[in-house]
Amino acid sequence: MTGPALLSVENVAVDLPTPRGNLRAVDQVDLSIGAGRTLGIVGESGCGKTMLSRAILQLLPKKARLSGRVMFDGQDLVALGPEPLRKLRGRSLAVVFQDPMTSLNPVLTIGTQLIETLQEHLELDGATARKRSVELLAAVGIPAPEQRLLQYPHQLSGGMRQRVAIAIALSCEPKLLIADEPTTALDVTIQAQILDLLAREQRRRHMAMILITHDLGVVAGRTDEVAVMYAGRIVERAPTPVLFRQMRMPYTAALLAAIPKIDAVPHTPLPAIGGRPPDPTRPVQGCSFSPRCRYAAGECYRTKPALAGAESCDHQYACFHPLASATGFRA
Amino acid sequence: MATLELGIDADVAAGSVGRPRRLGSLFWMAIGWMTFVFAAAALVSLLPIPSPTDMDMLERRAPMSALHWLGTDGLGRDELARLIYGARISLTVGICAPVIGITIGGAFGMLAGYFRGRFETLVVGSMDVLLAFPPLILALAVTAYLGQSILNLTCILGVLGIPAFMRVARAATLSLARREFVIAAQALGATHARILLRELLPNVFLPLLAFFLLGVAVTIVVEGALSFLGLGVPPPTPSWGSMIGEGRESLEIAPRLAFIPAITMFLTVLSFNLVGDTLRVFTDPRQGAL
Repeated sequence: MTGPALLSVENVAVDLPTPRGNLRAVDQVDLSIGAGRTLGIVGESGCGKTMLSRAILQLLPKKARLSGRVMFDGQDLVALGPEPLRKLRGRSLAVVFQDPMTSLNPVLTIGTQLIETLQEHLELDGATARKRSVELLAAVGIPAPEQRLLQYPHQLSGGMRQRVAIAIALSCEPKLLIADEPTTALDVTIQAQILDLLAREQRRRHMAMILITHDLGVVAGRTDEVAVMYAGRIVERAPTPVLFRQMRMPYTAALLAAIPKIDAVPHTPLPAIGGRPPDPTRPVQGCSFSPRCRYAAGECYRTKPALAGAESCDHQYACFHPLASATGFRA
Repeated sequence: MATLELGIDADVAAGSVGRPRRLGSLFWMAIGWMTFVFAAAALVSLLPIPSPTDMDMLERRAPMSALHWLGTDGLGRDELARLIYGARISLTVGICAPVIGITIGGAFGMLAGYFRGRFETLVVGSMDVLLAFPPLILALAVTAYLGQSILNLTCILGVLGIPAFMRVARAATLSLARREFVIAAQALGATHARILLRELLPNVFLPLLAFFLLGVAVTIVVEGALSFLGLGVPPPTPSWGSMIGEGRESLEIAPRLAFIPAITMFLTVLSFNLVGDTLRVFTDPRQGAL
């Protein structure tokens, strides 16, 4: 980590009351990200990735309870009032959502949505905002941006829409961009383009980015640091090259092994992770991965391992039986 | 239904191909009739027709002639003039009352659907009370206390329409408020007012507008029924409902006195329904697709 953290999430927990009892969606998460850096958050569906991103933005459902601190640029977002928070969103903090089909307003033109955002936050006049919008659309790789301004979202393809959503998010030069599964709803061929676009714009604007995904392959070449989430907790965290060289947490290794390999012999069974994630309304006493972990033994079922680093403080993992380097490769 | 299929067709083709949208001949016939009725009602003072309240006791129930195109009624008043002046009343009440409903009901519905919580419970509860109240009794009570007038009639019918508009607006807002674009707007720092007016209202407006046209049709019928019962506009002001009511007395001698206003009302209501339905179908697929 270089320089002071732009965003630091300290001991954040999110509880959602449900008819079946309290659901702990995010459990004591600590994270930090410096200006201009990229953090990948990886985990399977329902592990709390999206809730964590909503907690950072303070956009949790009304019933959710949040504890801990979210320090952004020296301010605690949790304690901040609605008005300063509103000013911060969009201006310094922006987000790109998973599904561009639903994240754009279907009855407003692309131009209206972009121009109004610019006018609202930067107090530009109509003509300047319009010019900026065209530049932004061109910057995110949309051909004929002038004409696109007059079109409605349903007239664009999914990839185009996501580019528009990115243009809107980038419009006010945010310091931090949260990309919540930005490529999940898109075609594989478009995925790489969108990720490259995000990386390019991030470098150009020296903006920090949190890339949330369920695909370890997505974070591999595009992030500085990776945090792996499981059942609401961070179970392993390391700089990206370190993590891919040596995975310590059996869950991370299993996640990587579950990616289909293009050079595998045909009909090779895909090593899926057996079982299901624990029911978040019924907390597991020990390590939450223990019921599915083939290395689990004794202690794993009794106490929750803390996130700690053994060899260096950079590489942290929550496991009593971390994989040795050899096993890491094999898995 | 022909209009339904054509509506979807046109929507699929829209934008990418730039083919003109086809709405079906029924739709255009309905629009044509509505335009005709509106124009006649608006320009009535310029038309060379006699006053609708001038009685000619020598020409009672006169048949159609060059002087009286549609004949005269039981008091010797020109039927065509009464029909056109009646259109003024029916259309005024028929449009103003749903405007009250769409404004108040739409606003409450959107606020209830967006903010939820106690406010929603209160709004929905009070609307249920209003719905449970027998409309005819309310109309009777109001006309008994405040007297018969077009304004009173419009207000009663408007208030009675509020719950329906509230429900349509609330239902649309409830489903829209969970969409990601609302969260995206919040994430971009939009205020509640901005989300309601700029993000939600354009979406809610289309179903509300379609419902508004159906509301106009229903209100014209209800106004006719109230006038028929003598609770509508006070005589001698003509309205379609009161004309049917007066024509009832001479149904055996001159059935046209009841049937002509009835057919006019039927065609007008049908036109509003057709246009409303077509617009609803026309706006729905796009809502669903996104």
